[in-house]
Amino acid sequence: MTTPPVLLRVQSVTKRFAGVVAVEAVALDIAAGEFFALLGGSGSGKSTLLRLMAGLEQPDAGRLLLDGVDITPMPPWQRPVSMMFQSYALFPHLSVFDNVAYGLRRARVARGEMERRVAEALALVGLEGFGRRRPHRLSGGQRQRVALARSLVLRPRLLLLDEPLAALDAGLRERTGFELRAIQRETGAAFVMVTHDQEEALSLADRIALLDAGRLVQLGPPAEVYARPATRFVARFLGAANVLEAREADGRLLCPALGIELRPAEPGLLFALRPERIHLAAPGPGEANAVPGTVAEVAFHGDTATCIVAAGDTTLRVILPARDMPQRGAPVRLAWEPDALVPLAA
Amino acid sequence: MRRAFLLPVWLWLLLFVAAPAALLLAIALAESSPGVPPFRFAANPENFATLAQDSYYLAAFLAALRVAVLTASCCLLIAYPLALGIARAAERWRLPLLLALLLPFWTGFLLRIAAWIGLLRDEGWINTILHALGFETVPLLYTQGAMLLGMVHAYLPFAVLPLYAVVARLDPVLEEAAADLGATPMARFLTVTLPLSAPGAAAGFLLVFIPACGEFVIPELMGPPEAQLVGRVLWQEFFQNRDWPVAAALAVALLVLLLIPIALFQRLEAER
Repeated sequence: MTTPPVLLRVQSVTKRFAGVVAVEAVALDIAAGEFFALLGGSGSGKSTLLRLMAGLEQPDAGRLLLDGVDITPMPPWQRPVSMMFQSYALFPHLSVFDNVAYGLRRARVARGEMERRVAEALALVGLEGFGRRRPHRLSGGQRQRVALARSLVLRPRLLLLDEPLAALDAGLRERTGFELRAIQRETGAAFVMVTHDQEEALSLADRIALLDAGRLVQLGPPAEVYARPATRFVARFLGAANVLEAREADGRLLCPALGIELRPAEPGLLFALRPERIHLAAPGPGEANAVPGTVAEVAFHGDTATCIVAAGDTTLRVILPARDMPQRGAPVRLAWEPDALVPLAA
Repeated sequence: MRRAFLLPVWLWLLLFVAAPAALLLAIALAESSPGVPPFRFAANPENFATLAQDSYYLAAFLAALRVAVLTASCCLLIAYPLALGIARAAERWRLPLLLALLLPFWTGFLLRIAAWIGLLRDEGWINTILHALGFETVPLLYTQGAMLLGMVHAYLPFAVLPLYAVVARLDPVLEEAAADLGATPMARFLTVTLPLSAPGAAAGFLLVFIPACGEFVIPELMGPPEAQLVGRVLWQEFFQNRDWPVAAALAVALLVLLLIPIALFQRLEAER
């Protein structure tokens, strides 16, 4: 398989607001036709990075290349990039049709073609027949679709989505996520989505970039980033992994917090241990990769149960199949395989 | 309970709106007669007939309308950049800027007119400077331009404040969305800011237009003698001709005329 060509190249872009760094020397490539997620907490700089791509902010350093052309000095209205805003930013004084037609009118597209393309875009998002409505007469999900149609009607090769699902009800979110993916495949445009929701990023994106305090921390396909977090931050942010510190003594690797020996598959002094990789073991003493503890909290999720287990001087987060769910206060013995211990850089 | 609260409001309206309006109408329907007061109550529509037939009064109405429309339009033209500038200034600058806009109002109205006269008259500052530069004296005061200048200066805040109240509440993300969809700054103003701020612009226009229609002082002190606006004519009928019924009929006609744009505005608002 050949790698798809680079569509947008972000070259060590830095942005400060009143001296405070929002985005620091971020460099990444967005490939043509991929679904890319910028994931991070609030203040991580993910939204600023998106606004830099749209041209709504100017970087203090670095460049943005679209198809190899430097678009850094281009104002937003000249960039062949579309953005879907978190609040959708529909024009309240315009009908759905006129909202979607807005960009085509600015581009002076002929009337017949404009009407055809608006109808096409509305059909793409499943809103045929809604053209004459005003935005305030639409539900949240419908507004989101209008915003999507308004951006897609310009046939951008790069669509920027700022928290596209955040304003939707939980029930609608998964369905809309799948629809976003389907529309992305159908149009062939590259989607760059900003989200604070790790599940959203993991389930929708081809690749994820994790941002923390304006810096790019890790970049890769969801499965890879999830399985092999690079740092303590990534391990905690994605899937809330347990982080175990170890030190060497007499050729053995000890975890002082748990008071046991660790036997990892790969060497290291700092490890991520996924809560779902921990299982219950037959009662026994603490030994390598096994520790006795007491269940402090249990949360039932239907198919699984999340337990907080006090072990040694610390607590471990454990996800067990629902049928193994222990009682609160019960003594348990936890164990894990050597390859469940993923070494972290810092 | 609610009625008790509203009682002072009704009393106020009765004493200071309804009663004077009724009196005004009564005088407008009265007959002029020498004496004090210079009229006799009657049911006499002749005064209104006079207004309709004598082209002098019609011309006064049209002249006032023209000046008021010009004043309100000029005020709006200046108010837009001012209101947008203040609304988009940094938060801590907004109040000082608004206060600066109102600052001239802290000095007396007549004092400001006097200042304009001092600037514009033939021996005033501007002509003195022009003279020193070797130019001829340019008659500035007592022209249509001077009158318009005085009116726009006096009424500008009435246009800026309602417009500011609306544009300050516009979501800036709408402009960003328009920019992202390919709208240049000018196209953004015309397609997003202007239509969304139309209610504020209409309110600002009316707040200038209505008092400007009946304005008497500025045309009298700064305008050309031939500018016979309805406010000036009314004054003359009342104080110089002592024809109270005609003056009252003029006032009633002006009031009715000004109700039309207000009713239109209210209907527009109700449709939104």
